Amino acid sequence: MANLTLLQAVNDGLKTAMRTDPTVLVFGEDVGPKGGVFLATEGLTKEFGEGRCFDTPLSEDGIVGAAIGMAVNGLKPVCEIQFQDFIFPAFDQIVSEAAKLRYRSGGQYTAPMVIRTPYGGGIRGGLYHSQSGEAYFCHTPGLKVVIPSTPYDAKGLLLASIDDPDPVLFLEPKALYRTLKGEVPEGKYTVDLSTLRTAREGKNVTVFCYGAMVPVCMKAAEQAAEKGIECLVVDLRTLLPLDEEGVIEAAKQTGRVVVVHEAPRFCGFGGEISAIIAENAIEYMEAPIARVTGFDTPFPNTLEHHYMPDDRRVLDAIERVWSY
Amino acid sequence: MTVQEMLSVIEPDGGINGYDPKMSNEELLHCYRTMMRVRAFDDVALKLQRAGRIGFSIPNRGVEATQIGAAAALKKTDWIFPSYRDFGMALYHGVSPVDMMHNMYGNAADSAKGRQMPVHFSFTEPIKFFSISSPIGTHIIQAVGAAYAMQRRQESHVVLASFGDGGTSSLGFHSGLNFAAVWKSPVVFLCQNNQWAISCPSSQQTASESYAIKAKAYGMPGVKVDGNDVLAVRRVVGEAVERARKGGGPTLVEAYTFRMGGHSTSDDPTRYVPKEELAKWEKKDPVANFERFLAKKKLWDPALGLKIAADSFAEIDAAAKVAEATPRPGIETIFSDVYRDVPQHIRRQGQAAFDLAHRKGDASAGGGAFPL
Repeated sequence: MANLTLLQAVNDGLKTAMRTDPTVLVFGEDVGPKGGVFLATEGLTKEFGEGRCFDTPLSEDGIVGAAIGMAVNGLKPVCEIQFQDFIFPAFDQIVSEAAKLRYRSGGQYTAPMVIRTPYGGGIRGGLYHSQSGEAYFCHTPGLKVVIPSTPYDAKGLLLASIDDPDPVLFLEPKALYRTLKGEVPEGKYTVDLSTLRTAREGKNVTVFCYGAMVPVCMKAAEQAAEKGIECLVVDLRTLLPLDEEGVIEAAKQTGRVVVVHEAPRFCGFGGEISAIIAENAIEYMEAPIARVTGFDTPFPNTLEHHYMPDDRRVLDAIERVWSY
Repeated sequence: MTVQEMLSVIEPDGGINGYDPKMSNEELLHCYRTMMRVRAFDDVALKLQRAGRIGFSIPNRGVEATQIGAAAALKKTDWIFPSYRDFGMALYHGVSPVDMMHNMYGNAADSAKGRQMPVHFSFTEPIKFFSISSPIGTHIIQAVGAAYAMQRRQESHVVLASFGDGGTSSLGFHSGLNFAAVWKSPVVFLCQNNQWAISCPSSQQTASESYAIKAKAYGMPGVKVDGNDVLAVRRVVGEAVERARKGGGPTLVEAYTFRMGGHSTSDDPTRYVPKEELAKWEKKDPVANFERFLAKKKLWDPALGLKIAADSFAEIDAAAKVAEATPRPGIETIFSDVYRDVPQHIRRQGQAAFDLAHRKGDASAGGGAFPL
């Protein structure tokens, strides 16, 4: 066991995968000798050589397109997009190609690959180093979207994603890269995709969250407990394919739901959670579903701390649904 | 030879110059028969489309020599990342017309289970003929990834990435050639310059003096070849393939040809292709060109040509009939192969769709329970 940051857990996960599976390759911009702009890939080129961890030209389209070709021909690419904000040139390759390849070829060709990318705000990166674009990708059948919130899950979900036969977008909450530490087993272990994690038990209000919002919701839940409101905090972990039955079950347990994400409200993932609950558990609901989200604006720089949901905004929503 | 000079091998009288690719008689006749089978496929597909039996097809007329000359340079262990106008490459390497027709009909025997439009073939045997998608150029960079895997395993295989003049404007072309040159990938990039991207003429596609010369900017050799001369294409692509196989890296080959038909069965090219252009290129017909050569070698005469044309039509027509008689895929095929395993939300949707179809007496619901 080691006490690692989320970032170190990712690094450890990559090393573990590369040690156990010679077909695993890591590539992207600056991931080689530099070790990545966040040092997520530090030490990989040194240990495994430039054949297995290397830098590419500055082309997200090229990175993902080449990864698809590698995956189709027997390699297991784990490519990196430096910031999720820069993934859009690769959107066509992800949505039109990787996600649809198995379906359109009747399974003759498949793209088992992982695209890792830091997402979300918290580092004063402004519009283009802070976006939470998970909604764009959750709207893509054939793709998997995974978001860890703890070091343990970061390594376990990453290893599960690397083993997965389908293309996985692995979104790493950069705000948590160095702020969170946790126990991480050595060697290989996996955390199953499409499973929720109960971060905190409670019978009064259910709070659904993921990524950097999980510690925020835990803090709000502690404050709510001081006021006698016990929150069930659920870390969604895999947004696609979602454990819908788990979501419905967790909503039914309390009948009062708050959904929290950094991404903008309109057409955000919170809308999907709300619709699933409304369709399947409306008679259990004691209050309208509350969403605490980023604003329907681009991501601002100086006032980032206002934009990102904090424990006060989450507590406010918890109290609102509790007292409805 | 500069990138502006275009290699031809077959001379107007059917003789050849010093660039003979030295193919055996068997190979030569296989090329010819394949060209004729492509023509037959086009004829049958057009009839089927106009009769409402299939929704769509793509004519290959005019580019047969480019497709087949290139295919002839490959081994069965090489990979093809094709464009949608490469029927001849599949047929050359032994893909069965029945399988192609199943795809055109999108029936239960279609390997893609009816999910794709016609012509979006995918084959893994007898050669890897990579699954075709509709966005242009996305496969070009994917080809480079597949080649990287070959390099990683130190294989001596080669990847052929085929695209049109329109395809050179795509993002995938840029990423593909850039990465391939940096990685010294064993890829041959074949630009089938048939002068038209639907209705956009080549002169509006690029201001570059040729497509072949674009290779220089990426750091790889570029060669221009007469795309209506199957021997020249075979020669030039063959050289590029050998270069790649020996670790010499990628090449861009521009095959200069002309799209004699429309973009597809939904397109009427008479609205935008000048008649004089068509007439000019009719004289350079690639099949007639090859026939002159074969005749001089005493491998062909008009009677043989007619026989092969008739046999080809009969073969493709019979294939179409097999496909026509094959039923549609079951409704469950909408819901499978999204992921390897069927997630709960998709299974639920499938069950609901199946139940509804059952209640309405729809045959696609089949007889028993929902199979997923």
